[in-house]
Amino acid sequence: MVVFDKPHALADVPMHYCPGCTHGIIHRLVAEVIDELGIEGKTIGIAPVGCSVFAYNYFNCDTIEAAHGRAPAVATGVKRSDPENHIVFTYQGDGDLASIGMAETVHAAARNENITVIFVNNAIYGMTGGQMAPTSLVGQVTQTSPYGRDPKLCGYPVRVCEMLAQLEGPEYLERVTVNNVKNIRRAKAAIKKAFQNQVDGKGFSLVEVVSSCPTNWGMTPQAALKWIDEAMLPYYPLGVYKDRSAEQEENK
Amino acid sequence: MADKVLMKGNEAIAEAAIIAGCRHYFGYPITPQTEIAAYMAKRMPKIGGVFLQAESEIAAINMVYGVAATGKRVMTSSSSPGISLKSEGLSYLAGADLPSLVVNVQRGGPGLGGIQPSQADYFQATKGGGHGDFRMLVLAPSSVQEMAELTIKGFELADTYRMTAMVLADGTMGQMMEPVALDLEVKPAPEKPWATTGTKLAREHNIVNSLFLSPEELEKFNFDRYEKYRYIEENEAMYEEYLMDDADICVVAFGIAARVSKNAINEARKQGIKVGLIRPITLWPFPTAPFKKAITHVKNFISVELSMGQMIEDVRLATECKAPVALCNRAGGMIPSPEQVLAAIQEANKNGGAR
Repeated sequence: MVVFDKPHALADVPMHYCPGCTHGIIHRLVAEVIDELGIEGKTIGIAPVGCSVFAYNYFNCDTIEAAHGRAPAVATGVKRSDPENHIVFTYQGDGDLASIGMAETVHAAARNENITVIFVNNAIYGMTGGQMAPTSLVGQVTQTSPYGRDPKLCGYPVRVCEMLAQLEGPEYLERVTVNNVKNIRRAKAAIKKAFQNQVDGKGFSLVEVVSSCPTNWGMTPQAALKWIDEAMLPYYPLGVYKDRSAEQEENK
Repeated sequence: MADKVLMKGNEAIAEAAIIAGCRHYFGYPITPQTEIAAYMAKRMPKIGGVFLQAESEIAAINMVYGVAATGKRVMTSSSSPGISLKSEGLSYLAGADLPSLVVNVQRGGPGLGGIQPSQADYFQATKGGGHGDFRMLVLAPSSVQEMAELTIKGFELADTYRMTAMVLADGTMGQMMEPVALDLEVKPAPEKPWATTGTKLAREHNIVNSLFLSPEELEKFNFDRYEKYRYIEENEAMYEEYLMDDADICVVAFGIAARVSKNAINEARKQGIKVGLIRPITLWPFPTAPFKKAITHVKNFISVELSMGQMIEDVRLATECKAPVALCNRAGGMIPSPEQVLAAIQEANKNGGAR
């Protein structure tokens, strides 16, 4: 009896991610959900620019590589080309989604575009070698904030879920993390809900996954997972920031 | 003869796109092309199509990229400053070999410029329009009828060659009204086995992508694409010749400039000056064949443009600098008058023996 196997939706190819990086876990969760919902054949994934740029190689569904930050706009086109038969998800990092692509993110949410957004927040630009991200913490040392992020110089990190929750548009916003087994199980439930919402036609669903980047944080993988608890989660609290259907159910 | 309807050039483009089977339009308001969006906003919901006002030109071109990846006919339209914003997307469309139709109803520039007609985006459309080595098919209508016909032609060429076709019009073409016959033939779209429409678990996954970290692989894509471009240059150039058989002087003009020039040419002919017109209809590929013919008898060329002289460089290349090419132009939203073009013809006629 097989108790643990590679999800069908996850391509059987080596990934390029650094040791200890949590992208691999998140990819797997997305693929498991696609399998469980039986939607691989109608799913189209949109890859970003950043560390997960090669996501187009890692999923067995059809995939599209988008320009930096434009994944929600590309997803809008793909979804609207055949809303009944396309399940569309974007997979984006913090630079892609919350810096260069902020307009596309906000407006896809405002339109309640019926897509699923997986937002990986590791508070750093990984692909280009560790520069300050829109979500880098105050005081965080990066290549472009070598003396620590100074709010007087470059402002404060952006809390995406809290910001989008102010909009009337989006259906579902939740922040999760993947730094231990319990949290991974919660993250999977959120990702599944975000896809199920799309299947049910409910609209824009975004799951922010607080993630680690041992390489560019300059930490061991274990220390990086600990830093999520100690530094990231106090600024980025886990939880559901919007769940319109649940709210409507409560108000009945 | 089919019934004709009186339409604005912008509306003719929109209706022709619908005739061509385009059911997805994404755009952002900008003068002088907003009638296209307004027309689509009215029509698309009634025919099961999608009109979406995007949050920016950048978002609009990326929505186009998304629909194009699924193989459906899709378009956006804008005017000069908006096309600059779309240029990132145009490069990605080229890099991923996706077909799309983009309309530029040009206005004066640079910068925010003005809102009056211009042809100053000729370089942008024909020489680049984004980073990297790539071309767009560029079609230049000179009447409202051609606004419709070249829109359909653009969709067909885009699908055939998996490229972006740009209809390069100007504010005059967009705003003027003329009778149009809309009983237009449309070739069916080819099969698109590369499209990302879901695997249905029946094939390997398709990937739409322009990233190649291996320089050898990326170089091959560039060489292959330019092989295709060479074929297009040999087979798809379109142009009109007017009174060229005996011409000593050749006016070269496209779009609104060609119409102004025809008036001036008719007047000059009355004065006994042997002058004709070459009107490029495709700006890329630039039609070289009529110039090869013309150079055997034309002594002077005049490039008439609503710019500081951009097409003139292609005229010099096409004539291999074997005869002088003068520039007759206005810029910044101004249009040359027939009198100005006539004066340029008369000036060239004085220099007629100078070759």
